[in-house]
Amino acid sequence: MGVEITTTRLEDAAKWAKASMADKAVNWGRKFSLFSYPFVTACCGMEFMSVAGPKYDLARFGAEFPRFSPRQSDLLMVVGTVTEKQGPAVKRVFDQMAEPKWVIAFGVCASTGGFYQNYSTMPGVDQVIPVDVYIPGCPPRPEQVLDAMIMLMDRIQSGRGHSQLRDKREQLIAARNDEG
Amino acid sequence: MAQKVLDALKSHHAAAIEHTESQHGDEIVWVKRDQLVPVATWLKTDPAMLFDAPVFCTCIDRLDWQPQGVPPSMRWTEDKPRFEVAYQLRSSKYRYRLRIKIAVPESDPRVPSLAALWPAFDWQERETFDMYGIRFDGHPDLRRIYMYDEFVGYPLRKDYPKEKRQPLVRRDDLPMNPIKVDRAHPGDK
Repeated sequence: MGVEITTTRLEDAAKWAKASMADKAVNWGRKFSLFSYPFVTACCGMEFMSVAGPKYDLARFGAEFPRFSPRQSDLLMVVGTVTEKQGPAVKRVFDQMAEPKWVIAFGVCASTGGFYQNYSTMPGVDQVIPVDVYIPGCPPRPEQVLDAMIMLMDRIQSGRGHSQLRDKREQLIAARNDEG
Repeated sequence: MAQKVLDALKSHHAAAIEHTESQHGDEIVWVKRDQLVPVATWLKTDPAMLFDAPVFCTCIDRLDWQPQGVPPSMRWTEDKPRFEVAYQLRSSKYRYRLRIKIAVPESDPRVPSLAALWPAFDWQERETFDMYGIRFDGHPDLRRIYMYDEFVGYPLRKDYPKEKRQPLVRRDDLPMNPIKVDRAHPGDK
């Protein structure tokens, strides 16, 4: 007939398990193929280069190339101080990235504004875009960046990134609206 | 070092000069505001001066300047002009250094522009305008240079609250979205 009239709890469970297995596989692929967009504004950029260079080698974790186009990247790394004047630019870069996307605030300036408590500096890039992982330090050690990368990969695997959670929330709302 | 310059200025432009100072090897001449352009033109073109190198242009805000160890006559009071605009010049031929200072009251913050004489002062005067709100008469393009056009006020003035931010964008889902708060209570700004 093509119309499901009843379901048992067991069938539901099987369906969910299947969906969650698919999610796991997709997220596994996502976490090992991050394309980062380095939004470098200040001295933390030097530290970012050392992480991306051969000694610490960010490429080991699948974040192989920095892509200098937001449309080809899914990880925005905000590296350095962000001013209020740059706010619209950061937001526009973030809006241009394809879903799902993640953000790392690299260094204390991108996280909180750091020691720039003044009229021109934005107190953390999370005032404008949602941030998944914050890396403290002025500048952070490369090990901290690698640690943050592992944390972000954990988040992606378990579907707890900001854009993944938003996606999930929207799906739930849509499903509820369909029912009601 | 450049006492010769001060002496020559006094003899050629006695009416335009308020007084002169020498401090730590630097010569300072206080010029009357309406006489700035003739004095600067003379400094640039006179064959015995040839000040060809503009070094910087900036401003000093003397609001509430009450340092310890300075005689009370030098401290700032309400009746003194609030701003000092300073131009530093250098003569590469004679190796003179000279600082021109102009006293500017808060009620009328205007100074004649020297960008036509030394084009390097163009952006420096824009910076001084951006940070202190000094209007340079005759400047070719007096706009803000660091801050955005939406910025209200002049951030390096002593009465600007140093942590008062004027955000262009904020996330909609912030618990305390400052733009929304400001819109809700426009008087709080």
